Amino acid sequence: MAGPFDNPFGLSALSLPLREQRLKVLSSNLANADTPGYRAQDFDFQAALKGAEDHQRRVVASPSRGPLGLGGSGDAADAMGLSSGPDFRRYVTTRGAQQGSLDGNTVNTETENAAFGRAVLEYRASLTFFESRVRGLMTAITGQ
Amino acid sequence: MSSLPIFDVAGSALAAQSVRVNTIASNLANVDTVGRTPEGAYKPIEPTFETARIPGQEGMSGVKVLRVDPLDKPAIKRYEPGHPMADAEGYIYAPDVDPVAQMVNLISASRGYQANVEVLNSARELALATLSIGR
Repeated sequence: MAGPFDNPFGLSALSLPLREQRLKVLSSNLANADTPGYRAQDFDFQAALKGAEDHQRRVVASPSRGPLGLGGSGDAADAMGLSSGPDFRRYVTTRGAQQGSLDGNTVNTETENAAFGRAVLEYRASLTFFESRVRGLMTAITGQ
Repeated sequence: MSSLPIFDVAGSALAAQSVRVNTIASNLANVDTVGRTPEGAYKPIEPTFETARIPGQEGMSGVKVLRVDPLDKPAIKRYEPGHPMADAEGYIYAPDVDPVAQMVNLISASRGYQANVEVLNSARELALATLSIGR
C-alpha cells in the first residue's frame, strides 16, 4: 500500500546526492583546467535520477520489507537510493572538445564556470524542496 | 577520505596554481641574474600539472604538481666587457626569460586560482545550507 510515509522525502531526497555528485565532477574540471591531457567530464543527472528511481522502486516493492520501508532486506538509506554510491561512476560522461588545445586538455573554463553556477542553483532548488518536505513532516508529527 | 571532497579538489587546484605563480615570480625576479658561464646563468623553471585521484571518490580528480623543470632554453650570450661577471672574452650569460610569456602565464594562473576560490565559496555555502536543514 502506498501511503505518505512510503517515500517521505520524495524525489528531492533522491536528487540531492546526485546534484552533489554533479558538483563534484564539475569542480574536478575546474581544478584541472590547466592539466595536460585532462578530458572534461560531466555527470548525466537525468540518467542518474532515473536509475535511482528504478532502484528505489525495486527496493520498496521487495516483499521482505516491514512497515515504513525500514527493516527487511533494505534499510532506509537503500530505499532512498543513497546507498547506490559506487554506481555514480556509470553516469560520468566525457565531454567533447569544443576547441582543441596543444596539450590535449579539453576543459573550457567559461563553460565549466557557467555549468558550475547552474549546478549550484539546482542543488539549492533541490535543497529547498527537501527542506519544505522536512517542515511538512514536522508539522504532521507535532500537529502544530 | 573526506566527507566534503569538493574542498579537497578545489584546494589541490589552489595549491598547484600557487606553485605556478611562485615559479613565475622566481623567473621574473631572476630576469637579470647573469652568469660567467652558460651554466651559471639562471634557468627559468615551469611546473607540470597532473591529475590526482581523490581516495575513495570515483569520478573525481584533483590536481597536483608533477614536477618543476628548468626550461630547455640556452642562456643568451651578451658582450659586456665592463661587467663584473664578464668572462675573459668580455661575455656574460643572461637567462632567456620571456617577460611577456611569463605575464601571460601569470594571468592564466591567477584566473585558475580565482575560479577555484569561487568553487570553494559556493561549496561552503551549500554545505552550510545543507547543515541547517530542519532548523
